Amino acid sequence: MSANQTLNLDKIQEIIERHSRNKSKLIAILQDIQAVYHYLPADALKTASRLLKIPLIDVISVATFYRAFSLNPRGRHVATVCLGTACHVRGAPKILEEFERQLQIKKGETSEDGEWSLESVACLGCCAIGPVVVVDGDYHAHTTIRKVPNILKKYRK
Amino acid sequence: MKRMKKIKTIAELKQIIEEQELSRKNEPMKVITVSSGTCGQARGSLKVIDALKRAIKAEGLEEKVKLRITGCHGFCEAEPNIIIYPDGIFYQKLTPADAQTIIKETILEGKIIEKLLYKDQQTGKRAVKEDEIPFYKKQKRIVLGDNVLLDPTSLQDYFSIGGFRSLIKTLTELTPDEIIQTIKKSGLRGRGGAGFPTGVKWEATRRSPGDIKYVICNGDEGDPGAYMDRSVLEGNPYRVLEGMIIGALAIGAKDGYVYVRDEYPLAVRHVTLAIDQLYKAGLLGKNILGTGLTFDLHIAKGAGAFVCGEETALIASIEGRVGEPRQRPPFPSVKGLWGKPTSINNVETWANIPLIIKHGADWLASIGTKGSKGTKIFSLVGKINNTGLVEVPMGITLKEIIYDIGGGIPEGKEFKAVQTGGPSGGCLPASLLNLPIDYESLTGAGSIMGSGGMIVMDEKTCMVDVARYFLNFLRDESCGKCISCREGTQRMWEIVKDISEGKGKKGDLELLEELAIATKEASMCGLGQTAANPILSTLRYFRDEFEAHIYEKRCPAGVCKKLIRYVVIAEKCTGCQSCKKACPSGAIQGTLKDVHLIDQTKCIKCGACLEACQFEAIEAQREVAILVE
Repeated sequence: MSANQTLNLDKIQEIIERHSRNKSKLIAILQDIQAVYHYLPADALKTASRLLKIPLIDVISVATFYRAFSLNPRGRHVATVCLGTACHVRGAPKILEEFERQLQIKKGETSEDGEWSLESVACLGCCAIGPVVVVDGDYHAHTTIRKVPNILKKYRK
Repeated sequence: MKRMKKIKTIAELKQIIEEQELSRKNEPMKVITVSSGTCGQARGSLKVIDALKRAIKAEGLEEKVKLRITGCHGFCEAEPNIIIYPDGIFYQKLTPADAQTIIKETILEGKIIEKLLYKDQQTGKRAVKEDEIPFYKKQKRIVLGDNVLLDPTSLQDYFSIGGFRSLIKTLTELTPDEIIQTIKKSGLRGRGGAGFPTGVKWEATRRSPGDIKYVICNGDEGDPGAYMDRSVLEGNPYRVLEGMIIGALAIGAKDGYVYVRDEYPLAVRHVTLAIDQLYKAGLLGKNILGTGLTFDLHIAKGAGAFVCGEETALIASIEGRVGEPRQRPPFPSVKGLWGKPTSINNVETWANIPLIIKHGADWLASIGTKGSKGTKIFSLVGKINNTGLVEVPMGITLKEIIYDIGGGIPEGKEFKAVQTGGPSGGCLPASLLNLPIDYESLTGAGSIMGSGGMIVMDEKTCMVDVARYFLNFLRDESCGKCISCREGTQRMWEIVKDISEGKGKKGDLELLEELAIATKEASMCGLGQTAANPILSTLRYFRDEFEAHIYEKRCPAGVCKKLIRYVVIAEKCTGCQSCKKACPSGAIQGTLKDVHLIDQTKCIKCGACLEACQFEAIEAQREVAILVE
């Protein structure tokens, strides 16, 4: 969803109630919210702060500390390039650069049309089949620079 | 799947295990086991499974052939692969198109399909069975071995290999103190990295005052290059959970947490399902098997922070806070989760527990070296022929792992280094290949055992680039609490980055060493205390490479972008135009069958031409421009 759409606060309240308004479940709650919206909308953080009685600053510090959380809307498709050690020695940085060229965005950015987000991850634990790239949850093994355009083509309409 | 009824007594559990063991004996004549962990699925195992199902149905063999979908078998290089029992025929690198042939020829006619067998890279010999493959020969797969036998989503399957017999033994034959003594006597040490004796940790937690205690399974396998915990959680979650129930009994804990990385969706799914099934079966919750014992198990997902592998940071994360470590002592065994005594152990450690109870302390103590008992799983990855998870007895040499099991370095290249222990470990050179692997020997060599990542590097790997990679990782993952770690890793990264870009200067290496020691000594947690290892070990063993970058502005491995340029070797170029087509910046000129030329003003050094060329006609040479500058 885009940032301009109004947020369904009932949905967020429902998630928080499912965790019995338990303060120590903050990370799980944020994960559930992100599973719905693909990022953490500002109003969702405010709602979590209010219902869980945790100061907003503490909610934000958790949301920004952990890499899995995003405070910005993500694209319709997300490409994640693994930069683990095994992928690195097999050329992962070059794969990432090729994604940056193809998508014309830098790592951590979302394209202006909202179609693509490009991310990296420290390790996906599929080191034997590296370099690994995950697009919308699909794993692509033994990626090469030349395979990148074909991978993207599958998801482009 | 059959719905599991609640098991009310120990006798009833015994009976169910016996029934399941018998039903395994009475399985159909042929069982096809498909490896389908995350790696297998990434390589297309799910499509192979569908095709096999269709082929079995088409031949009307549903009653005669059982398809068992298991976790990872460890030989990732050969995915997707299957093993056909009872003969143990191993077929590898399958596509859905192979399914029909396998069912028709091997299952129905008993013929071996030559082209699907594993072929030894060196001898060219084909292997029919799994144990004939060199990759498996020197391994001792006590933890990983059962992955082959189990559908990880089926509790019945776990019963059928005698699962939960160890729990019965602890409930009927051993007091909590006796359990702890058994674990102590076995010599088991933590498999997460530091190698603390597990039994001692349990004893300290048990002896700490208080009624409320916790056990935690640390599945936050954050070391890039290590994935054995993922494989165990995906492929055999019940073994880990049985270990936790036994541990909870010994320690006196009524609650436990399994903390799993968010980056491992399949592991999260299988553990969640396993916990759910154990509740339904009455093996978790209140009054377990009518013994009056209570143990509740919860799952907590990590959210992508390397530092959460450190036990006090992990505890903070379960409590819903920012994952910052705190000063120890008090150790978690005294003051852990919500201030209560807590025993945190790694996935692989927990998985060893039921085995020790089953076979006895002396059994584990008979494997390994004087100070390091049992086996360790390593993930053998990087520039190596046979990539995968290898489980070996402690004390085996690096050489045996890399050459006998791993089959050496691909493309006939020269071995340069092996990195163990992830960002907290170090790079070991060829001169240390005969080093027997145990906790002490690795520490002595300037690395650590760590969680077991083993990344092999060849002559085309630049050690300055590797040091830069780890420092970048560490400065990114440092939580920022200690200034020595936060600023130390940042500054070391800046210096190494400069060196890799040809901006290194005299005195840099001495400064790096000084910073490394300060970071090590002044930081509070394991991350900071070991953050210097990657740089100190590369400086210790590969100082000449750093010096080449600083004084000659040269990257011997041809990796550091600013110091190289790509050129076409005229004698080798066939003019096939592959590189020209691959080049994204239009920097390559040349007509068909003529020698090509790279226009250095247009080249962005992406490396696409190097990857595209099949004739080794593209070479990374020393950049001359930087010398002129």
